[in-house]
Amino acid sequence: MSDKQDVTFTVNGDERTIHVEPRRTLADALREDCGLTGTHLGCEHGVCGACTVLVNDQPVRSCLMFAVQAGGARVRTVEGLASGNKLHPLQQAFWDHHGLQCGFCTPGFLMLAVSILERQSDITEPELREALSSNLCRCTGYQNILKSVLAAAAEMRK
Amino acid sequence: MKPVSFRYFAPHTVDEAVHLLATYGEEGKILAGGQSLVPAMNFRLARPANLIDINRIDALDYVRADRDELRIGALARHARFEAPIAGGALGALLPRVARHIGHLPIRSRGTFCGSIAHADPASEWCLLAATLDAELVVASRRGQCSVRPDEFFVAALTTTLEPDELLTEIRLPLLNDTWRTGFAEFSRRAGDFALAMCAAFLRFEDGRIVEARIGVGGAADRPSRITAAEAVLTGTGGRPDICRQAGNIAAEAIDPLEDIHASAAYRRDLVRAMVGRALDQALTQ
Amino acid sequence: MRWVGRPLPRYEDPVLLQGRGRYTADLAHGARILRFVRSPVARGRIRAVNAPPETAIITAAVLGDVKPISPRLDRPDYVPVAQPILAYERVTYAGEPIAAVIADTAAEAEDLAEQVTVEIDVETPVVTLDQALAAGAPLVHDMAAQNTLIDVHFETPDVAAAFAAAHQVVEFTFTSGRQAAVPLEPRGAVAAFDAATGRVTLSASTQMPHLLRTGIADALGIPESELRVVAPEVGGGFGQKMALIPEFVVAVWAARRCARTVAWVEDRLENLTASFHARDQRLDLRGAFDADGRLLAIEADVLCNVGAYSNFPATCGVEPLMALADMPGPYRVPEYRARARGIASNTCPMAPYRGVSRPVITAAMERLMDCAAARLGLDALEIRRRNLVTAFPHTSVTGIVHDPGSYREAMEAAARVVDVAQFRARQHSARADGRWLGLGMSVFAERTGPGTPAFAARRMVITPGFERVELVMDPSGFLEARIGSSPHGQGLRTTLAQLIADEIGIAPTEVRVVSGDTDRSPYGWGTFASRSLVIAGGACKLAATKLRERLQAVAGQILEAAASDIEIGDGRAFVRGTDLGVELRHLARAAYHQSHRFEAIAETGLSAVATYDPYGTFSNACHVAIVGVDIATGQVEIERFVAVEDAGQLINPMIVEGQVHGGVAQGIANALYEKVVYDADGNILTGSLADYLVPTMAEIPTIEIHHLATLTGASVTGAKGVGEGGTIGAPAAILNAVSDALAPLGVGIFEMPITPQRILQLLRQAGCNAQ
Repeated sequence: MSDKQDVTFTVNGDERTIHVEPRRTLADALREDCGLTGTHLGCEHGVCGACTVLVNDQPVRSCLMFAVQAGGARVRTVEGLASGNKLHPLQQAFWDHHGLQCGFCTPGFLMLAVSILERQSDITEPELREALSSNLCRCTGYQNILKSVLAAAAEMRK
Repeated sequence: MKPVSFRYFAPHTVDEAVHLLATYGEEGKILAGGQSLVPAMNFRLARPANLIDINRIDALDYVRADRDELRIGALARHARFEAPIAGGALGALLPRVARHIGHLPIRSRGTFCGSIAHADPASEWCLLAATLDAELVVASRRGQCSVRPDEFFVAALTTTLEPDELLTEIRLPLLNDTWRTGFAEFSRRAGDFALAMCAAFLRFEDGRIVEARIGVGGAADRPSRITAAEAVLTGTGGRPDICRQAGNIAAEAIDPLEDIHASAAYRRDLVRAMVGRALDQALTQ
Repeated sequence: MRWVGRPLPRYEDPVLLQGRGRYTADLAHGARILRFVRSPVARGRIRAVNAPPETAIITAAVLGDVKPISPRLDRPDYVPVAQPILAYERVTYAGEPIAAVIADTAAEAEDLAEQVTVEIDVETPVVTLDQALAAGAPLVHDMAAQNTLIDVHFETPDVAAAFAAAHQVVEFTFTSGRQAAVPLEPRGAVAAFDAATGRVTLSASTQMPHLLRTGIADALGIPESELRVVAPEVGGGFGQKMALIPEFVVAVWAARRCARTVAWVEDRLENLTASFHARDQRLDLRGAFDADGRLLAIEADVLCNVGAYSNFPATCGVEPLMALADMPGPYRVPEYRARARGIASNTCPMAPYRGVSRPVITAAMERLMDCAAARLGLDALEIRRRNLVTAFPHTSVTGIVHDPGSYREAMEAAARVVDVAQFRARQHSARADGRWLGLGMSVFAERTGPGTPAFAARRMVITPGFERVELVMDPSGFLEARIGSSPHGQGLRTTLAQLIADEIGIAPTEVRVVSGDTDRSPYGWGTFASRSLVIAGGACKLAATKLRERLQAVAGQILEAAASDIEIGDGRAFVRGTDLGVELRHLARAAYHQSHRFEAIAETGLSAVATYDPYGTFSNACHVAIVGVDIATGQVEIERFVAVEDAGQLINPMIVEGQVHGGVAQGIANALYEKVVYDADGNILTGSLADYLVPTMAEIPTIEIHHLATLTGASVTGAKGVGEGGTIGAPAAILNAVSDALAPLGVGIFEMPITPQRILQLLRQAGCNAQ
């Protein structure tokens, strides 16, 4: 058993200091130590993308990073997308276009989409399809997810 | 699926890192991008007692063109290569290869050098390194040395890196515009490990191929140049029947892997097809 | 204002979109963590289970008289087997739980589980159908001779004569590779012990809370009232969460024993290896056709590799029974002989997976049609025209009654949408360029919303089917609908609110649907078999009708008019043709606080209960796929996918289309990508999502959906179920398309998944050299 360490990072703008074993993944730290259970564990081996968060604006599979590696980082999770009662355009678009069914993969897709659109707000549909192929969904067949992100991209370009 | 416990170190210099490696030897493991190591740790297939995280070593985070070489530091992430990073034929090829590496979030963290050190047969960068005979720079407390891919890659996931050694840099030759390049890979799903891939580099003079480098990866336990295929192309203009011949030679030349995703015979078929595609790209560039 | 038929965005979504959905693992904070020690081998005799020093572990001995899981069918052709909660004498599949440990964190529980050693005398397992059926094969269960757990037969009198008279007999063997449902959320449960009451509340990722409560209570020998089961947000089920599992029993047992909250959260490795599998089947199919391509008879021999145990409550009979009963599909089949068997093996047990056997039998029957068409020189559409059921009601040769549908109309519509003639021209010129395009279709009917009559016919001892709904209006005029169904992504809280809103005359935002809590919802059967909208929806409509009548009665009294003159709209009850009305919130307050005035509702108050238990209703669809096959690599690309579907009255078209998208995606996965692979020792080789190939967005094309609507009396809302249609029809369309592409090269496809490697192998066998 390894000794716990202090790690400080910001999550959705709030500074947090947690006390964790080195083996605690960022995903588990967010869920257990920060109480932010919106980030989900679908596989813990970096394939499904349900655990996707942003670390210093980069999309990251939080199950493949240890919390102790995130010291000083800016982490963004799904809980930070809405501004108070106002949904982020991506969240609104997923709602409008039925981009979720069971909702388990949704936070991962939202954060992935945020990072994609922040990099390239005028991304084309084929490029978007390729980029979104990073994450797995079992319910929607992906069609409405693509539609939602395209709609949000158009909205965000206004 | 949680990893076993380990001691964690985050050195800030290469010296500190190699000192830790020397201290812990077989019980120590470098953590760079983590996109290959951490899944293995989560499955408890990898159980390093001491994890040496090099992500704080800023001095390793560089990619620079240095005369006729592209020098890639150990912390250069795959994502860095998605946009053109250099001129010439190599500079144009790198983004085309990079987009095949896993997916966006994997490319945010995973590193070029980490991929080389991990030596997965399906690694695109390993294929490029082997085909271009890259120079691999290795550091340890004993000093620094260079090694070439044909010596470095021993078998699947096996290299000559000693437990106390750290791969700090890779040097790729920057190719000028007399070179034309092609890259093709086959996988079952977008972002999956390649079942076969080919990197083709053809240097032309007066419409004839004067130098060819044909590398095949994903199909055998390590990437390799198919010198017999290169020989058959050299001196020609790259007619379709010569290209087909090169593909057949390559398919026969490798010692294919066999697993649930592809039999040895199927891998040969894929090598044939990928060599054909890579050559086609290079010739129509 | 009409709500039914509108693509209303879901009420479920805002919470989920903000990451505030509470799935099972999200409820485990502070709980003690349960982890299972699982058999590393597929078969053997357990000699010893050794705990680490000074550590208490849970074994079968510790569980004492906790009962095994013993699903039964009331039929002599079924051999009941009992699944121990924790294995004790023998292990019968790799991954079978043998012991359990408890620790403070998941990581520590995993550390502890690793320290438990199990000594097993390893025996050679039977893994495949052929191994299990071989003469002298080791038995998985001593009481099941020839490893046969169920052996059902069906025969009409003149099958032999029909085959003798046939102009053409088409026959082949069709194989389906084992599938895993892979819900994004693995299974899990949090068993919370309440010291004050001694009850346990089990929050479980399940599709069937009430059945779980019954099953766990039976296993532990406790009254059901001591247990509350709640399905929180459930991240997909697809049938894999439609079963009682030993892990849930141990969780509740442990919570009671330790008087603590105990959580078990499955990891993906466990989910892929030790959760339920499905569709490991082989079927020999023969079809007798007359000279005009009309089916005279079919004969089928179906073998299902159902793994080591029988799942509760559907049983291991569910796949063979459905294959046998539903084989004729949408076609007129005058004579039929079939045998269907469930064969045990030392592999992970089977549970129903979206579509159950229908994806396989539909693929086989649709291949039969295409093969017969080719043999007889008929167009693929034409042979189907001559055989599809067009007169309703239709009673199939196996006695299943089909209510009106649009089997032929859907096919004709799909053919028009796709423009088959234009495709054939394009296909022809592509061939000249060495490109191999193909078009394939499937026509199928999906039995949905089966009530107790359907399940009783299978002779299940537990006969699911009805749904009861309790509707209550509170004094503020707000409605609560308590249902026994248990949604896990289907948007039921929205669609049922739409139904109820229309029936009563209020907005759907005035309705809250409560489900998945055995303390609050009436006993029901959960969500599976494309049943919830049909059955729970029907019950909601019936209950809403009764409630509306009660509201009209009260309003009539308040407004001094006849109840029959009262209408309700926009949350207001008014006398038809006048301005005279009362807001429902005022009416409700009066009904509760001035109850002495309202004799008419003295017994029920502002509530209504209704039960719906229909025979079931058939939705139908035609799927058409256009593919391109690269014969250098065997890669199949889907160029276009069209679905023309008829689900009757669509309550929420957006949700219906979402179900079709998701089902088709799983069907494409079944056809081209997914297969659970075992090695010769019975260990799984596809134990990660890198190896079990769930498709990404890059592999799934846009699915074009067109709707037909046949309204029948078989469903009181006019809605037909649609949850499984996508998975049922898509594989057949893909397989027919690939076969159509490769037909000139002498290759036809009779297996799924059909992989690129296999395509090259078949091409080679047919003498085709791509190079």
